[in-house]
Amino acid sequence: MSADPKLKARLGIALIGVALAVLPFVVGATFGNSWVRIVDFALLYIMLALGLNIVVGFAGLLDLGYIAFYAVGAYLYALLSSPHLATAFPALFAVAPGWPVWAVLPLGALVAGLFGVMLGAPTLKLRGDYLAIVTLGFGEIIRIFLNNLNAPANITNGPQGINNIAAAQIGGHALNRPLELFGVMVPGVHLQYYFFLALTLLVVFVCVRLQDSRLGRAWVAIREDEVAARACGINTRNVKLLAFGLGATFGGVAGGLFAGFQGFVSPESFGLLESVMVLCMVVLGGMGHIPGVILGAVLLALLPEALRWGAVPVQQSLFGKVLIDPESLRLLLFGIALVVVMRWRPAGLWPSALRKRELAAHGEAA
Amino acid sequence: MRLPSPGAARRHCTAQDTRRFVDILIQQIINGLVLGSIYALVALGYTMVYGILGLINFAHGEVVMIGALSALTAIGLLVPSGLPGPVVVLAGLLIAIPVCMAVGFTIERIAYRPLRNAPRLAPLITAIGVSIVLQQLAMMGWGRNYHTFPALLPVTAHKIGGAAITDLQIIIVLTAALLMAALVWLVTRTRLGRAMRASAENPAVARLMGVDVDRVISFTFVLGSGLAAVAGVMVAANYSIAHYAMGFMLGLKAFTAAVLGGIGNLGGAMLGGLLLGIIESLAAGYIGDLTGGFLGSHYKDVFAFFVLILVLVFRPSGLMGEKVAERA
Amino acid sequence: MSAPLLEARGISKRFGGVQALREVSLSIRAGEVYGLIGPNGAGKTSFFNVLTGLYSADQGEVRFDGQPLPLGVPHRIAGLGIARTFQNIRLFGAMSALENVMVGRHIRLHTGVLGAILRTPAARREEADTEARAHALLRYVGIDRLANQQATHLSYGDQRRLEIARALATEPRLLALDEPAAGMNATETAGLRALIEKLRGDGMTVLLIEHDVKLVMGLCDRVAVLDYGEKIAEDVPDVVRRDPRVIAAYLGREAADA
Repeated sequence: MSADPKLKARLGIALIGVALAVLPFVVGATFGNSWVRIVDFALLYIMLALGLNIVVGFAGLLDLGYIAFYAVGAYLYALLSSPHLATAFPALFAVAPGWPVWAVLPLGALVAGLFGVMLGAPTLKLRGDYLAIVTLGFGEIIRIFLNNLNAPANITNGPQGINNIAAAQIGGHALNRPLELFGVMVPGVHLQYYFFLALTLLVVFVCVRLQDSRLGRAWVAIREDEVAARACGINTRNVKLLAFGLGATFGGVAGGLFAGFQGFVSPESFGLLESVMVLCMVVLGGMGHIPGVILGAVLLALLPEALRWGAVPVQQSLFGKVLIDPESLRLLLFGIALVVVMRWRPAGLWPSALRKRELAAHGEAA
Repeated sequence: MRLPSPGAARRHCTAQDTRRFVDILIQQIINGLVLGSIYALVALGYTMVYGILGLINFAHGEVVMIGALSALTAIGLLVPSGLPGPVVVLAGLLIAIPVCMAVGFTIERIAYRPLRNAPRLAPLITAIGVSIVLQQLAMMGWGRNYHTFPALLPVTAHKIGGAAITDLQIIIVLTAALLMAALVWLVTRTRLGRAMRASAENPAVARLMGVDVDRVISFTFVLGSGLAAVAGVMVAANYSIAHYAMGFMLGLKAFTAAVLGGIGNLGGAMLGGLLLGIIESLAAGYIGDLTGGFLGSHYKDVFAFFVLILVLVFRPSGLMGEKVAERA
Repeated sequence: MSAPLLEARGISKRFGGVQALREVSLSIRAGEVYGLIGPNGAGKTSFFNVLTGLYSADQGEVRFDGQPLPLGVPHRIAGLGIARTFQNIRLFGAMSALENVMVGRHIRLHTGVLGAILRTPAARREEADTEARAHALLRYVGIDRLANQQATHLSYGDQRRLEIARALATEPRLLALDEPAAGMNATETAGLRALIEKLRGDGMTVLLIEHDVKLVMGLCDRVAVLDYGEKIAEDVPDVVRRDPRVIAAYLGREAADA
């Protein structure tokens, strides 16, 4: 007697739910709290990857400047939750603005979304590779501005970045301080985890709903054949702008969370390499496939730590010294992974059935 | 040397002020020509590959970097030998060129050829991957520090009014011009050049006419990489330094130049390169004054990006490209 | 005589050195099957593409149901009621047949981002309706049994039918078919003819580009002939087939004089 598939699905979800709920405690006890921090970052990456997935995976628009939206969200949070504006513009800000997180995050999302539409608008008529280069250019322009907007008016504090960013506060409790719950002392990183998890689940939920909707179908149509999509009455310009805008929104939220978590932002966290890394997560995981993208994000979040853990001792034992430091090794492996995956598994590690069929169809047509 | 501000000019625009303005202008144009010649050489590599494969060879900038660094290594080894400076540099060049050609050949074979029939996104993502790999390998091989290019070439400056042009700059511009002329001769007057043009226009038909299109593609990559090597040495000599991360910006700007001139068009790449070099030079020189001190010269990188975006949005076929009619 | 459903006046279009269309004017009446024929290179597809928005016209205008048509904006033309198929079938290959037709419903639906995320009752109703209508359209063209098959796995003839179903999903007033019989054998062509006649019977106006002269002459109420970008005839098939200019265009001057 086999179990009813719906029951199996519900059981699966329940198990995952339990696992997610206790994850930080298990990880913290087994590996230490620094690994819980890594899990927190993994959640941020998942949000970023899902956002980019809307642009690259759903709509098929290769955006190489996505990290700019992360930066916008992060800097907005930083400006509204740190002493910077008060020190830089004492005439305008007598007291440092200390906006609550439930105001800053939506604002960050909105501003990032607007940037998404702004940056997407000029690219609408461009083909794949040109689109990629233009978005890359936009990403770089934003980074250069962040790096240089410290004179004549010190808006971003230039290469030094903005520090002393206050952590998010929920119910009056700052998330970077431990909280006593039911007699258990819950560390800050654990609290951040639950906060990030809630928002990540929201992002996943929104993406799943969008995928199976009129808009999601329009995105796939544009991806497959834009001319035919237009002939079906789809306003490709608006649909593409929606992709850019919505994708950017998630980046903005993740950016705000990042700023509050790290307490410090600087332009060097938001360069082309970071954009490529998020792209890696989407491409390697499985473009357009939400579980695949989550897998990609998790892998790429854990990989540098695994490398840091293992690369040095392995090299020591093999060669007697460290030939490649873990950071370079990570990047080298990234590059190689991109080439290898595109060659042998272009649909990604965990592609959707649709994507596999698309690639097969393309291969047949060639 | 600051430009007199417009207000000051109105108050007393002397002959001396005008001379200074012209001197700065001439100097910036000279610098722009030098920079532009380098951009043109690199842009040719991009445009040839795009013309024949429809692919933006993202990794091309890194090939320039490899040219610079391998030449530097060779030069470093030869300097103690006591040979005259120009000979050492030439030797460095003769080492860098085959190295880069080999790199270009390998990239095409391993990364791009298997993806000939893949959807558009795949070769571009692969190109990014190759670019990252090359950068990391270069960093592992040559380290993170900046390498100085020894002063081996004559730098006597010749005055033109209040501006100056050095021997090195003259050498760069002349060498670039010579190479470009040679390339044009190759493409227009030889059988191989015809094969290249045919493959770029219609590879299927070219194959039917007996052209080994795969060989032509390999050759295109090799040729572009050779030019990149020369450009790399020029950059290192002109700025006296080379660094493992120098390829990225340079590559992007050269690509902008190729697009500006009309991607796929050789003349366009050369024109675009020179134009971009001059635009960038003038912008770097005057941007502070133009924006009242709001934007400084460290924004000059942004200029290339703006040019790129403007061209792609308003005139994607570039200056010399044909406006492609939209036949369905 | 009622006003024509579609009226094109003085449409001219140039591609580089080639004048593809020279002041072409024609009118299509509601409910008729209107054929557009002519030798290769005559400008049929160019005209078709201007009508359906793929190209803008250099000169001239088109009025659809009395309103001027926004040339060069395909999605708005589709919204106004002109749907088209493509000569070399442009389906969304990896999607199923059903999903292809559901995409066709896009302009007649209203669910936006919020509706999709919140899955409001209105959104759910629309989704259910979309799926139902898609099935109905697949039944209409006769391929509902293939609803969950991947589009590229359908036979050529069935792919054409699918494309027609997708076009019908946009609720058009004018269905424009670009060489629908291309590459079809006699049986498939007969099936296509039956489908077009069924459409006419249900009140649809059809514009047809075709090379299959027998199909056109037997099926169409009226026919226009283009040659070198100019309209050289526009009348019922019997008159057109005997027009000396038409014969000359297809077969050369001697045949016309014969």
